Amino acid sequence: MTRSREAAVGLLSGLVFAAGLVLSGMTDPARVLGFLDVTGDWDPRLALVMVGAIGVHFTWLRLAPKLLANDLPAVSLAPHAPITSALLLGAGIFGVGWGLSGYCPGPAVVSLGLGAREGSLFLLAMLVGMLAFRVYTSWRSRRSDGEELTDAVASCR
Amino acid sequence: MIGLSASLAHAGARQVAGVSGHLGGLLGRPARWFGFGTWFVLGLLLGGVLIAAFAAPVVTRLAPRPALLLAVSGVLVGFGTRLGSGCTSGHGVCGISRMSPRSIVATLVFMTTAALTVLASRHLFGGAFG
Repeated sequence: MTRSREAAVGLLSGLVFAAGLVLSGMTDPARVLGFLDVTGDWDPRLALVMVGAIGVHFTWLRLAPKLLANDLPAVSLAPHAPITSALLLGAGIFGVGWGLSGYCPGPAVVSLGLGAREGSLFLLAMLVGMLAFRVYTSWRSRRSDGEELTDAVASCR
Repeated sequence: MIGLSASLAHAGARQVAGVSGHLGGLLGRPARWFGFGTWFVLGLLLGGVLIAAFAAPVVTRLAPRPALLLAVSGVLVGFGTRLGSGCTSGHGVCGISRMSPRSIVATLVFMTTAALTVLASRHLFGGAFG
């Protein structure tokens, strides 16, 4: 694939994604925390956003093979890879962080663009967490003499 | 629009619109610095800048929260999404649309721990964490 096509598609999907996050209220941590507050004064609106997004994308993925020429390599994912402890632990840790502040990665990036102070601070800390993960995995793979990549590294995109 | 964006990324570049994965890629090998992920993240950023310039995004004013809370939360999200190979967009939207068992399980887990965290901070500790 040409670099310019990747660049154009990437930029455009990023722009549309940002607009979707802002319009749906995902960049508003108060709204997100209200959605996560299932036992309190629950605000279900973001559930509709998620269902809507999945509905559109699910439909597209089923139409795509009929509509698209096979000129691009398939997505390299391993959806049927085993469910590992790394997946469960990572998702669990992510949820705790998300519940503490109401920010997840996409809205954090958009918040920096919006000039939101809290979101930008969160983004900085999140990048530190990602770097920490990188350090942790390289330490793990060095310890096992690099025989085998850890599951986490292997499944990283 | 989020579903549209994810579909666009798939149609045009066969990419998954997963934010944590592409962000993590930026912190990695230089070979990936000029690919789809960089442009996707730039698009997100630029989208924020444009919206702030031409519209007034609705943001509910919260009482300012301590920087320490945001820092701890950020580090947990950064580490957790990399260890778990995805976040709300990659697992929650793209993965579930693909009916990936890994993503469905991951989404159930992070939704549950997030709801439990809100329960703990709002109701058990009376908003002690902000």
